[in-house]
Amino acid sequence: MTTLTLPHQADLPTDWRDFVALTKPRVMALVVFTGLCGLLAAPGWIHPVLGFTAVLCIALGGGAAGALNQWYEADIDALMKRTADRPIPAGRMDPQSALHFGVGLAALSVLLMGLALNWLAAAILAVSILFYVFVYTIWLKRRTPQNIVIGGAAGAFPPLIGWAAVTGDVTALPLLLFAIIFLWTPPHFWALSLFVRSDYAAAGVPMLPVVAGPAATRRQIMVYTLVMGAAAVSPWALGLAGPVYGVTALVLSLGFLGLAAAVAANRATDPAGMQPERRLFAFSVFYLFALFAALVLDRWLLA
Amino acid sequence: MTEPVDPRSDEIRARQRSRSIVMAIALAAFAVLMFAITIARMGLKP
Repeated sequence: MTTLTLPHQADLPTDWRDFVALTKPRVMALVVFTGLCGLLAAPGWIHPVLGFTAVLCIALGGGAAGALNQWYEADIDALMKRTADRPIPAGRMDPQSALHFGVGLAALSVLLMGLALNWLAAAILAVSILFYVFVYTIWLKRRTPQNIVIGGAAGAFPPLIGWAAVTGDVTALPLLLFAIIFLWTPPHFWALSLFVRSDYAAAGVPMLPVVAGPAATRRQIMVYTLVMGAAAVSPWALGLAGPVYGVTALVLSLGFLGLAAAVAANRATDPAGMQPERRLFAFSVFYLFALFAALVLDRWLLA
Repeated sequence: MTEPVDPRSDEIRARQRSRSIVMAIALAAFAVLMFAITIARMGLKP
């Protein structure tokens, strides 16, 4: 019997706060924001109650994906300091509860989206959850140093879902919003993984800085930043967004590029010398929020 | 004869209670949301 090795709390009912922690609330904030912006940037009117429901479904779907991710990754989470205190590796929740919670939440979010909004938005939401769980978590995360690129695709779905919830279709602009978040994720995350001395190596996860080293990671950050900047400005260039968005995107992207150049020029291998990486990471969060806020502002000023 | 008492039974009860309360709030909110969605889908302004 291996049950003897379970921590003493295992037979206590799980605290409800641990179910909340399972949904990765901090990731959810970004998901809710970009989903809301996709919804607000879409043409046409949506009843506020239905708009709220759409954002709620995006949040619940994201939470479900987070829960299923933690269910599957409990083994490697237990090996890393940052994640060892999550409910399952810490022994406060039994894995099956997390699995049931995740599947239930996923089904609820997709069905509610389909019934209250439309089935295209529900289908994209379902695809994003399945993609995060099966393609990213189960298939690629432990196999390729480009894992975070794949994970970024999952995080890029919310504006697409928000848009589809309003219009019932997907056009060029929401696809560009998808591309922007998709291309933003690698520089954002790799900057963090450079200066946070993490123990991915101990857990056997092939994170780029661990596998390829800081120099290659900094080069890749630069490459993704260039393509991301081009994608960020393209809605304006293609006439899909106005000058408020266009000028904001241009200025923000040039700032991003400048900070990425400082990262590319940095040779430090010790976290103490990684000021440029810290600055880039902090700016990257501001960048995405400001860019999407500008898009919404742009549309509401023109309308 | 007294039955053996789990020293953590207070903690267990407290957790069950807080989980029940959270569940009740979530279900009530869901019922309200369903009503609001129904009204909105019928095209009535609240």
